[in-house]
Amino acid sequence: MEKNAIYIPRVVPRRIREKYAVQAPQLVTKEEYLASGHRFCIGCGEALAVRLACKALGRNSIIVSPTGCTEISTSLIPYTSWCLPWIHTLFENSAAVASGVEAGLKVMMRKGKRPAQDIDVIVMAGDGGTCDIGLQALSGALERGHNFLYICFDNEAYMNTGIQRSSATPFGASTTTSPAGKVSIGQVTWKKNMPAIVAAHDIPYVATASPSYPFDLMDKVAKGVATKGPAYIHILSVCPTGWRSATDLTVRIGSLAVETGIFPLYEIENGKYKLSLDLPQRRPVIDYLKLQGRLRHLSEETVKQIQQRVDKEYAKLMEKVA
Amino acid sequence: MAKRVGIEVSQAIAEAVKMANVDVVAAYPITPQTHIVEHLAQLVADGELDAAYIPVESEHSAMSACLGASAVGARTFTATAGQGLELMHEVLYVASSMRLPVVMTVANRALSAPLSVWCDHSDAMAIRDTGWIQIFAENGQEVIDEVLCAFRIAEDQRVLLPVIVYLDGFLLSHMIEPIYMPEQDEVDKFIPPYQHLLPLNPDKPVTMGAFAPPFIYSETKKAQEVNLTAAKEVILQCWDEFGNIFQRHYSPVDCYRAEDATVLLLTMGSFGETATVAIDKMRNECRNVGLVNLRLWRPFPFAEIRQAVSKAEVLIILDRALSFGGPAGPVCSEIKAALYNEDKKPKVISFVGGLGGRDITPDGFEQIINRGIEISQTGSKQEYEMYGVRE
Repeated sequence: MEKNAIYIPRVVPRRIREKYAVQAPQLVTKEEYLASGHRFCIGCGEALAVRLACKALGRNSIIVSPTGCTEISTSLIPYTSWCLPWIHTLFENSAAVASGVEAGLKVMMRKGKRPAQDIDVIVMAGDGGTCDIGLQALSGALERGHNFLYICFDNEAYMNTGIQRSSATPFGASTTTSPAGKVSIGQVTWKKNMPAIVAAHDIPYVATASPSYPFDLMDKVAKGVATKGPAYIHILSVCPTGWRSATDLTVRIGSLAVETGIFPLYEIENGKYKLSLDLPQRRPVIDYLKLQGRLRHLSEETVKQIQQRVDKEYAKLMEKVA
Repeated sequence: MAKRVGIEVSQAIAEAVKMANVDVVAAYPITPQTHIVEHLAQLVADGELDAAYIPVESEHSAMSACLGASAVGARTFTATAGQGLELMHEVLYVASSMRLPVVMTVANRALSAPLSVWCDHSDAMAIRDTGWIQIFAENGQEVIDEVLCAFRIAEDQRVLLPVIVYLDGFLLSHMIEPIYMPEQDEVDKFIPPYQHLLPLNPDKPVTMGAFAPPFIYSETKKAQEVNLTAAKEVILQCWDEFGNIFQRHYSPVDCYRAEDATVLLLTMGSFGETATVAIDKMRNECRNVGLVNLRLWRPFPFAEIRQAVSKAEVLIILDRALSFGGPAGPVCSEIKAALYNEDKKPKVISFVGGLGGRDITPDGFEQIINRGIEISQTGSKQEYEMYGVRE
């Protein structure tokens, strides 16, 4: 079966295909690489994204995961949810482990110690393992130019340890280590722009994606692994547990992040920015904020501040796209 | 037949690693280990060694990359020292626990602060319990021989554990020594190709590094401990076979003029060679002294140590590391523990010396032995004494 098997031809424009997103389960390959019985929370956006990403990757893949939600939800001796070869070692070193996997495979095939095979190496990490503790290892691996795809499933905090803030937590969000209180709005720093940091390494492919746009996500994953050299995809993964949002609104909230311009979908191919989804008109950020317990406490003034920031960042992106 | 060549020990290590035909070297520079990885980089650059050389951005990533490479079945090597070894600390546990037979040389170096690039064993002591097989070499020849043995021991299907060969920073790493370099065909025969039983492979997917809840964690650790302890037999077999082929013989504990000695000095690493000079001098003066050198640090050779010191009345142990606020130097603590339940055991006297590259000369070893004998008769107010420190 072809990688990234989607039963809507690729020639159909993305915007039209995404109209059929709700039928995605019927329209993408039935092949499953993440077995049922895992322990992701109900309504987890990350579980959906991992599953779709695996479908796009196909069988000839080796997955490296750091410690995090995906790791603890899919592995527990003596069980595993992985139908793909998978390795977890530590929290901050996935990009380095992947470097070893990639280099090891290449040299062993060259020396005839392994049969020549097209094997993709993919890191599936969280925002903590990517933007905070794993940033150095990631930067090193990108700079060295390993042929691998790094996917960050960003749920905007350390969720499996109890919702502690990370550098990917958005401004104003209340977490257990950036709690909103009488004298604090919650997180007082702006979300780290991880795709921009990665793009500064001049790697051939960077993209943002969301499981609310399944075809777009799968296209990008397929494109990412097909890239020669390092590729990076940043996926916003709605987390009902940590965001205190309704479990049946995960896909909707993911769409709102895009529709408000808070999390625009774009690609950077060889330095060239391209918007994945045109928004004739952006929704006000409040539409997104009000559905989440972690952001519901924000004053009108703070919401205004966030709106201004989003407008500014979106304009900056538009300049790059143009 | 092997040729004896004058070569810097670090460079000789790189040559030995080349002969072992490693697949992946992942390394980060740190004094005094740099010459090893520099020379390896050159060998790869010149096409003399067909390997992937990953110039990582930290020692943490060096060992992490080794994990990944080893997990796909590659023969994997790295080298580090001091702070680098400490930065690797948590990764070291993973290598041994996930049964990834990485081989590493550590050019022993003191730990900051104050910064010191010079030799002591603080770095090694801090990673004692990481589950690696750990061997202390006494001279350059031994380093090369142990590096070759390390690949064979680590990758033995009965072992599958990572191995560290320690060499004293500068004192051995930067020394030019006459070394017998083996022939390639001898090495090829001695180190069989590495076959990982279940590597990461899309044709046969495996899950590596799943997490363990309380109902199974203890069992995994027990299995690991049984395995490391049992590795001693394989190490002994390996050294036997190495001796048969290369005519150089190694054992967990080396004794020098120790058979009839009433007073024994025990050291690890390059101290041993210097101390023999003092032993010879004292023997010439009809002093009944001998030397014991501990080579196999993990798995700890209980039986061999007990046997080596059983006839002595006084055992003086010189540590090259401190255990702050503790009972004695770390090596001494372990040997005391190994002897505690023995019916017949020597009086154990503890010294710490040679920290941060401070030399101990043959005269110094003589002073330590004499002071040790004195303490054994009169006692000391301290748990251990520090040799050669200005107070």
